[in-house]
Amino acid sequence: MAELFSLTGHDLLRRIERGEVASSSILDSVFARIDRVDTKVNAVVKVNRQQSDIAPKTGRLAGIPVLVKDNICVKGEETTCSSRILEGFRPPYDATVVKKLKDEGALLIGKANMDEFAFGSSCETSCYGPTRNPWDLERIPGGSSGGSAAAVAADETIMALGSDTGGSIRQPAALCGVVGLKPTYGRVSRYGLIAFASSLDQIGPITKDVEDAALLLGVIAGYDEMDSTSVDVPVPDYTRSLQKDVKGLRIGVPREYFVKGIDPEVEEAVRRGIEVLKELGAKVSEIHLPHTEYAVSTYYIIGPAEASSNLARFDGVQYGYRDKDADNIIDMYVRTRSKGFGAEAKRRILLGTYCLSSGYYDAYYLKALKVRTKIKEDFDEAFRSCDCIITPTSPTPAFKIGEKTGDPLSMYLSDVYTIPANLAGLPAISVPCGFSSEGLPIGLQIMAKPFDEETIFRVAYTFEQATDWHKRKPML
Amino acid sequence: MREDENRYETVIGLEVHLQLKANTKAFCGCSTLFGQKPNSQTCPVCLGFPGSLPVLNEEAFYSAVKVALALNCKIQDLIKFDRKNYYYPDLPKNFQISQYDMPLSYDGAIYITSGPEKGRKKIRIKRVHLEEDAGKLLHPEGANYSLVDYNRAGIPLLEIVTEPDINSPQEAYDYLTRLKAILEYLKVSDCDMEKGSLRCDANISIRVAGTDKLGTKVELKNMNTFKGVRLALEYEAKRQIALVEEGEKITQETRLWDAEKSLTTPMRTKEEAMDYRYFPEPDLVPFQVDKAVIEKIRRELPELPEAKAKRFSSEYGLSEYDANVITGQLEMADYFEECAKIYQNRKTIANWLMGDITAYLNAENLTIKQIGLSPSDLVGLFNMIDEGTISGKMAKEVLIEAMKKGIKPAEIVERRGLSQISDTAALERVVDAVLARNEKSVDDYRKGKKNALTYLIGQVMKDTNGTANPALVNVILKRRLGD
Repeated sequence: MAELFSLTGHDLLRRIERGEVASSSILDSVFARIDRVDTKVNAVVKVNRQQSDIAPKTGRLAGIPVLVKDNICVKGEETTCSSRILEGFRPPYDATVVKKLKDEGALLIGKANMDEFAFGSSCETSCYGPTRNPWDLERIPGGSSGGSAAAVAADETIMALGSDTGGSIRQPAALCGVVGLKPTYGRVSRYGLIAFASSLDQIGPITKDVEDAALLLGVIAGYDEMDSTSVDVPVPDYTRSLQKDVKGLRIGVPREYFVKGIDPEVEEAVRRGIEVLKELGAKVSEIHLPHTEYAVSTYYIIGPAEASSNLARFDGVQYGYRDKDADNIIDMYVRTRSKGFGAEAKRRILLGTYCLSSGYYDAYYLKALKVRTKIKEDFDEAFRSCDCIITPTSPTPAFKIGEKTGDPLSMYLSDVYTIPANLAGLPAISVPCGFSSEGLPIGLQIMAKPFDEETIFRVAYTFEQATDWHKRKPML
Repeated sequence: MREDENRYETVIGLEVHLQLKANTKAFCGCSTLFGQKPNSQTCPVCLGFPGSLPVLNEEAFYSAVKVALALNCKIQDLIKFDRKNYYYPDLPKNFQISQYDMPLSYDGAIYITSGPEKGRKKIRIKRVHLEEDAGKLLHPEGANYSLVDYNRAGIPLLEIVTEPDINSPQEAYDYLTRLKAILEYLKVSDCDMEKGSLRCDANISIRVAGTDKLGTKVELKNMNTFKGVRLALEYEAKRQIALVEEGEKITQETRLWDAEKSLTTPMRTKEEAMDYRYFPEPDLVPFQVDKAVIEKIRRELPELPEAKAKRFSSEYGLSEYDANVITGQLEMADYFEECAKIYQNRKTIANWLMGDITAYLNAENLTIKQIGLSPSDLVGLFNMIDEGTISGKMAKEVLIEAMKKGIKPAEIVERRGLSQISDTAALERVVDAVLARNEKSVDDYRKGKKNALTYLIGQVMKDTNGTANPALVNVILKRRLGD
């Protein structure tokens, strides 16, 4: 029999139900796996070995280990966003998603590594050191939810939660060969997610297959009175969308996503993936998203602007790191923030502060908001003629550690295909669709209309059942 | 005022910050009670903890709408909040949730009356917006650290900004008094400057009277009473006039009022002014207010000071000025009406309320509700005067004692034996005794010295310890003297 750690959540749930396995043995298996491989991968920053006995024995995820990205608050557990500035911060409350997981019997086994404050696409900016890609330890796992994606790929957890502001769930999922879904903005409560860019952030599942993603989203989704931006739309039973049926489904393939900068192997894998769906009866047509080229610039104004304000609270006054040598309050702010934040966090805070400054607001922030509307309108128009849009998730497979750290712009471009969904608030998934000649995973992205996660699950599930990319495991 | 000062006109705009009475804070469920143990009324949201999110408190929002409507403002169609970014340790998130380019309401006005001889003056309200309060820094004596109390952080705050329609420190005072009256009528705030539930900053500039162009404005902060606002403005107007008279320029700056030294000192200049980097608060979704709900709030507004004053004039025959003064405080207006229900001479009620009673309240810094004198007690006092039981002069003494000790006037009169001797037979005996021992005065009177009568009345009053009914004494004396 396969090791328990290597199984999916839905498989384990069926086995638990049939009395074949106990959740304690799943936990033992997963903890043993972490002990064995995490020294190489560095995906898990904190392991919580004690809490299993208090979890309810019933619920939709009863007995299933879930790893949570380190920017999601778990009551009493150190939550740092992989930043020195939040050293020792133990939230006095659970994030809404964490509360929902606990209520459904999930076992919160620990915290996943990430780019500091989710600023990055490579998981290299963490104060805990970089996470490594389980498929090639010399390479990055993607980011910012690199720890969550790498842990799922390395079987260090059964499921994980990530957060996605510009691709932070989907890009690492693609680079690690797992499934990652960014839900519609407002589908999942952000209460307890330490904000990067409030108008873009969304929590979502990172799992071994589509069925687990549907299961996990069903648990965490829903309106929350603690989050004014969550939307009161009923949560369907997503597992009912898991049907092998794309007959007559209209797939749009945007011309603008297959241009200069895309790795030929990525393009080939994605086009082959689209062919698979076509053969199963989907209608494929080329579409036009004319403002795509402005998405990255727009994102790098709105994201940092909101971040500069969201991160202002990290000042050493109430919690986290405080420099002890300060003479006065200004000195305390300066020293605490200079030492507490890493280079990329400082870069984004400066960028955002500049964009919001008097005299620049109209030229940058306001203009970015207008372009954001244009990008949203592109999608509205596109969805008149198609039910979903398929693109590559990332222009390249995983790159080498250190390869892009000296060149922020080329790093930022690795989110070129994922950013538009955040700007437009759309749901989007990344599913494995092939491997490069170097054996690195490639992801295919499916986007749909707001609150139409069901179509995404149907297409993703059909594709997954017709292929076996998701069944491959890295050698560790 | 120096002669040349009359050449200048003062232009003032006021910015009032008002803590709205609400059971919970603006964006979380914490209590807003004043004077509790530091940091006992906080939660992750008002402490700005990572991951926490604000949710607008409906009660605070609707009470803001109520104020806006009472100030005759228009209500914005789309309600939107913004972040005002600045660093200060009493501000948990290092930004304040406020409203920038789309205040909750705008274009309102209220009217002030600055004295019996002056008419109404319109003061336009530029905007009223909702924001959250900050915490409070505490500096323990001798300590090399400061402490923060976040109980106040997140309490709903209303900013009420006037147009520069105020033309004297007295008008500023009158505006604040009228605004306070309206807010009291609405029961939306304690309006206590000393507790900090109402704070006021002022913008002031001067210009040669009759010209249109506004002078360079100076912002004044740190006034802790309405009187302080008036004094600070008076000082600042003089300071600016003196500068201009000497040919110097006025610096655009913020100055702090020092109440002890009675002067203003520079705080920061325009160049040092902060860039707040306002941008829309992404954690709060803009929303439309139901017009029907606004109309319902408008219909349910209580009778406000102006309307009440008009009614008091027509219903009770008070002069416009008296009606204005009496309705200037809700408690006073209610008190008047209680009295008016059981006492017909309304002018008398008004006179006593505006005279001796107000003087006493002001001197003791009390409100009419805080003294143990009920409207029926006061009317009882009026009745005793009317019935001749006590004199008007005696009534004033009784009133003061009643207010001080909280004893009913009738009881004081009774206990101190103050009721006037109106028993003719008893008084005749006293008068006869007085006449018997004052033959010379009697002679003088009969010879035509009419003021001898005053002396004789005085003697009767003396013998009765002032309790004789003076009118009756007069009649008896004249009768005995053969007039």
